[in-house]
Amino acid sequence: MSPRTPLTHKRIFRVSSRDLEQAGTVSTEVRRDLLSLGANPDVVRRAGVVCFEGEMNIVLYSNGGRIILIVREDRVELLFSDRGPGIADIDLVSQPGYSTAPDWARELGFGAGLGISNMEQNSDLFKIRSRVGAGTVVRATILLGVPFF
Amino acid sequence: MNTKTVVAKVALEVLVAVDLAREVRGGYCSDLLSDVLAHAKSGDLWITHQRHLNVIAVGKLRDVAGVVFARGLCPSQDVISRAVAERMNLFLSTEPAFEVAGRLHRALHP
Repeated sequence: MSPRTPLTHKRIFRVSSRDLEQAGTVSTEVRRDLLSLGANPDVVRRAGVVCFEGEMNIVLYSNGGRIILIVREDRVELLFSDRGPGIADIDLVSQPGYSTAPDWARELGFGAGLGISNMEQNSDLFKIRSRVGAGTVVRATILLGVPFF
Repeated sequence: MNTKTVVAKVALEVLVAVDLAREVRGGYCSDLLSDVLAHAKSGDLWITHQRHLNVIAVGKLRDVAGVVFARGLCPSQDVISRAVAERMNLFLSTEPAFEVAGRLHRALHP
């Protein structure tokens, strides 16, 4: 484990299930927070994409959950957690192109099967933990490139 | 080429103009939001058939120069209001996406 650096910013967002009207608002807020904290544009873009995909997964596939944004001196962390239903096979759902999205979501441009791979590709550290019947937790970390001493 | 010149050359109808001086560096055509998040570039014009609220969020996250709704698919007033609030250029074309993309390509790469 890397040593903990001081916390500079923390926010918790609730995300409702199936609420497409509000969907996307957390990633917009996260983007705004990071810009106002002076994060560089690449970090803002990557965190925004990770947050949007994670937010959409909670909205479209879960029973609701929350997103925690943590900004430390050397990293941005996004923690996604939901109240189920959980993922039986994480390797399968992580495959590009795999999606269980219903037709109505696909018609709106969701369900391309690229969500998890987009999250992974824009993160430096990425971990999914899930238990069927309980829920899913995703931790995505973007390192800010603080040099090693 | 700046957005204002592109709008004239591609014959786009302006729905929301917040920054017409913005440089357009290319274009991206897709209706899949995750695909846009993965592959559109900053400064692209995004040509799409999607016209719901999330389009504004996705466009903003990828920092596109603007969104073009093809084939006359005009978005609703709440989408337009969101674009104004989030400062995103929105355009409409009665032409199909293929034609819009062709005109944009000709304008950028004469």
